[in-house]
Amino acid sequence: MTGITGSTALWYASRATGVVTLLLLTTVVVLGILVNRQGRLPGLPGFAVTGLHRNVSLLAVAFLAIHVVTAIADPYVTIGLAAAVLPFASPYKPFWLGLGAISLDLVAALILTSLARARMSRRAWRAIHWLGYAAWPLAVLHSIGSSTDTHSGLVLGVLAVCVLATLAALAWRLSHAAREVPRAQRAAAALSDMSPRKAGLR
Amino acid sequence: MRKRLQVNPVACAGHGACAELLPELITLDEWGYPIVAGQPVPHGLVREARRAVAGCPALALHLTRVA
Amino acid sequence: MTDSLTLPHPMTAAAGLPLRPGLPRLLPDAGTVPVDLRAHLAAHGPLRPAGGRGGLQREVAAAGLTGRGGAAFPVARKLAAAAQTRPAPVVAGNGAEGEPASNKDRSLLWISPHLVLDGLQLAAWAAGSGTAVLYVPRSRRLYDRLAGAIAERATAGMDAASVELVTAPDRFLAGEESALASRLAGRPALPAHRPVRGLPRLAPGRAALVQNVETLAHLALIARYGAAWFREAGTEAEPGTMLATVQLADGRTSVAEVPLGAGLAGLLGLDDGPGPAGAGAAGPCVPSAFGPVQAVLVGGYHGAWLPAAQAAALPLADAALRPLGAAVGAGVLSALPADRCGLAETARVARYLALESAGQCGPCFNGLPRIAAAVAHLAGPHPDPRARADLDRWAGLVTGRGACHHPDGSVRFIRSALRVFAAEAGLHEQGRCSGTDPRPFLPVPAAAPATEEDWS
Repeated sequence: MTGITGSTALWYASRATGVVTLLLLTTVVVLGILVNRQGRLPGLPGFAVTGLHRNVSLLAVAFLAIHVVTAIADPYVTIGLAAAVLPFASPYKPFWLGLGAISLDLVAALILTSLARARMSRRAWRAIHWLGYAAWPLAVLHSIGSSTDTHSGLVLGVLAVCVLATLAALAWRLSHAAREVPRAQRAAAALSDMSPRKAGLR
Repeated sequence: MRKRLQVNPVACAGHGACAELLPELITLDEWGYPIVAGQPVPHGLVREARRAVAGCPALALHLTRVA
Repeated sequence: MTDSLTLPHPMTAAAGLPLRPGLPRLLPDAGTVPVDLRAHLAAHGPLRPAGGRGGLQREVAAAGLTGRGGAAFPVARKLAAAAQTRPAPVVAGNGAEGEPASNKDRSLLWISPHLVLDGLQLAAWAAGSGTAVLYVPRSRRLYDRLAGAIAERATAGMDAASVELVTAPDRFLAGEESALASRLAGRPALPAHRPVRGLPRLAPGRAALVQNVETLAHLALIARYGAAWFREAGTEAEPGTMLATVQLADGRTSVAEVPLGAGLAGLLGLDDGPGPAGAGAAGPCVPSAFGPVQAVLVGGYHGAWLPAAQAAALPLADAALRPLGAAVGAGVLSALPADRCGLAETARVARYLALESAGQCGPCFNGLPRIAAAVAHLAGPHPDPRARADLDRWAGLVTGRGACHHPDGSVRFIRSALRVFAAEAGLHEQGRCSGTDPRPFLPVPAAAPATEEDWS
């Protein structure tokens, strides 16, 4: 096996950090669903779920940054700085990298709005945060199309775990949402919830 | 500068993180919603109070200046 | 959708109410005949307030006009705050009247729309605003009449500020200030969290000056006749007249314009002191021209019950009512006949209040339904002794913990019922009840809200 030169090191680093970023993004999405549904992680207090969601998202951004920088710096393929944020601007695999760029843009929007959350309207923040559900599948597609790593072996296993975990969390959220009482019926639901012992309305 | 804790009851969804982070000043009622002590936050607890404000997933807890 | 506009007959010299000189002011002498623009100008002349904005401000302050929507906030202070707000706030006349037992705003809009519209123009002028809104109940007939009045004034070139008609959903809370602001901003009429006291906001940087339609009508008259004239009626501390919605013991409802400080006995046709009407569960009943009365509900469904004998000696004034836990509010009075069960009536209203919760604040949408169920339980035979203790605990938990005053007002109403009808509660514990007439007395709408559209 030939030695790893400086340039291939960058290429390997980009691929490796890409896998880690996908793993971390998946964790953030699953934790986000837990926060929203007031779910708990065994052994941890409630506030830890929120804290983890926020901290892991920052970690994901760090790995994402390294992933992008190493990919651009690597001389093996030409990607260009703009392609990091401008979709389909890369000479190399423009479509698949473009999906990654869109995903990065969405992640940036989520992170920036969450940092500035106190200064924006609740409605606007929530609307942008929903884009997380678009950022994740774009990252997955980007992973599949940009590199053959995800087509076999350990990395395919990681990808499968990410997809399964997210689908499971989504299914859990949807099943809860189906049972959730809409605002306009909350009082009526509480009223009819009262046991027969306390009812007896004339 | 005295600070007071205030809940936005419309934004509050009863996550309960605030009561975990600041049990000295915040307890939960029987439905999981926060009961916040009305008095100003003692100086020794201001740092914990800020953590509780930051820890609310709904950003429903606020630290305001006492009027 | 059926038109919900039902107007009670305005009462001027009925029920033994002595005709005061200079009354009525807001309603015309002749019953329910609506006042058109010509008649309005013939009666009051054109609106030409002397002394500019400062002059109007001084007259309103000297008159001591307070809001007639229930909160009785000094109008001069609100106008001054609006005048200092930049950009200029939207000016809204609040005629939503979500209180089922109240009918005075609807009646005023139907009969004397031009007084309200004059007042709206004055408020817009004082606030420096070119946009005004009239927030009205959902009634086709009323909407068309008001649209016609506005168009007539526009043709005559009378109005500097444009007036838009906005309909309110048929909800108890639709007239709450921040709910009104939400509705004006195109969202459902839901109360908002207000961390800072001040004018309610439609959006960041956009405030609203909200005044009850009756308040605007008084404003229109003060601008013409002055503060001294306004103070000719009422008391020193609570000057002027107000429109009271009065439900007599025979169930009939009417709207009367009365000076503040007028005796409740005269308004409700109560004889002075208890008489041969016997004793009911609320204490000695007071005879009235319309049947014996056991208790009086003062201030609508966020108000308070008072025993009839006590109420008969009181004036319609906060100075006398507040020490007893009641308030003038929006001038809604109901005389509960002796043959009804006060607890059953309270339970029906409590259930309505619970279902009218906006469902936004946990303590409210959890607590009010449980409280209502407990009251219903107490209104039945042999109630579980824990119901009362649970009710007290829940009442303490909801007070002050909502974004608006719905939980607080509802608890005030229910606690007053438990005080005034304590003897009735004692009877129920023994499986008895003093009520002989099961028919509902207090007006409660049948339809409960179920979807977002019901709030839009």
